[in-house]
Amino acid sequence: MQPTFSSSRILLPVRPWFIVFSLLAALLLNFLPTAHWPGIPDWVALVLCFWSIREPRRVGMGWAFVLGLMMDVADGAALGQHCLAYVLLAYIAASQSRRILWFPLAQQALQVLPMLLASQFIQLAMRMLAGADFPGWGFLIGPLIATFLWIPATFLLLLPQYQPVERDENRPL
Amino acid sequence: MAGTDHAPPPFFKRGPAPLALLTFYVAISLALFVVDLRLKSLDLLRQSIALVTDPIQRIAQTPGSLVDNALGYLRGLDDLLEENASLKQTQLQTAPNLQRLEHLESENERLRKLLAVKEREKAKGEVARIMYTARDPFSHKIIVDKGQQSGIVAGQPAIDESGVVGQVTRTFPFSSEITLITDKDQTVPVQVVRSGQRSVVFGLGKGQLELRYIPANADIQEGDLLVTSGLDGVYLPGFPVARVVSIEREHSYAFARILCAPVAAVENFGEVLVLSPRQAQAPRPPEASGRIGNTGAPVKSGDK
Repeated sequence: MQPTFSSSRILLPVRPWFIVFSLLAALLLNFLPTAHWPGIPDWVALVLCFWSIREPRRVGMGWAFVLGLMMDVADGAALGQHCLAYVLLAYIAASQSRRILWFPLAQQALQVLPMLLASQFIQLAMRMLAGADFPGWGFLIGPLIATFLWIPATFLLLLPQYQPVERDENRPL
Repeated sequence: MAGTDHAPPPFFKRGPAPLALLTFYVAISLALFVVDLRLKSLDLLRQSIALVTDPIQRIAQTPGSLVDNALGYLRGLDDLLEENASLKQTQLQTAPNLQRLEHLESENERLRKLLAVKEREKAKGEVARIMYTARDPFSHKIIVDKGQQSGIVAGQPAIDESGVVGQVTRTFPFSSEITLITDKDQTVPVQVVRSGQRSVVFGLGKGQLELRYIPANADIQEGDLLVTSGLDGVYLPGFPVARVVSIEREHSYAFARILCAPVAAVENFGEVLVLSPRQAQAPRPPEASGRIGNTGAPVKSGDK
């Protein structure tokens, strides 16, 4: 919908089923056994953040809350841990969406990093307050990796919205 | 009625303000968090959400198990023959003990009957396959493939071939969650085999356990085996739990700091035996009304 500052391409409108599909795919990625490896990002947080920035009117805190509940149950974590982190993430992302989309992709990634870090920190703080043990600094590497994945993720998630570039030899514009 | 005329037409409506929504969701999340951790009364909610997430999790686990199966299929014949031979050898080595065990058990039973002591409970259980380790990095839990449908209830202990693995903490329709003994909140009442001293072993959360409340001058050595004492009414007595790894005795503390390593391969994949719940224990004898309790609670006379 929104052509960014850096690209002159006008995108097709997003299809709602693709948003749902990408969020479910992220959930599936999170459930893979690879989640135990250090530095694997929280895919749901990344995709949720992406859609909250791109389409703040379609994906918001409601989605964040439901996905958070599912993550909590699937993780065996305390209920409300992912919910709170994701809801805050969606809120911050949506409130910053107008601004962030003006930046080129690399700078967008830099602005996404503090949001993802904050969502991870909230979970850390909640569990540490509740008396859990410290999981190690590897817990905070995930958002860093996710930041590097921002550009490929943007490319992939916007893929269905690109339209073919038609070049007309006879028309200068 | 002037207000309604100037109200924006409905196509500008975007629902409640973001800040109001945020407050609403944050309040619900915090309430869930507190209720779940403090009151532990949200199991029904968990189970109903698990009905949705469980199929997705099973789908997510299939690639890994497929690879495992493929690797098992591709393992060399030699490996299997070797393993078979070594298993046969160990079976032969343990055979005399096993054969005499039955004899000993029956003899023990008879002697206990003679002495009018309550018979020892036999360990029965259900074999469950470990599906995956729970993703939560703050705790140490595993998910096994037997749940409420197989009659598993929270509180049942789980063992593997060498010792105690953990305890079932939550059950779902088709799976259940076992908290490992190394988890930070997990405690197991144990007994030192060599000296018979009883204590409680606490998980430390780093694949280690700590034996607490043992006086600094107690008779305990490195390498001592700890087995379940059975005093809690949950674990049957006599299952190996941990082995003492290091002992620090400092004179400034009343208790020694004793670190132990679990005997069972608690953090590995495989199969566990979920033991059936113990028979109900005899009720605790009522406290004598004349005795001064050290609990500080007011003693009511005639309250029996």
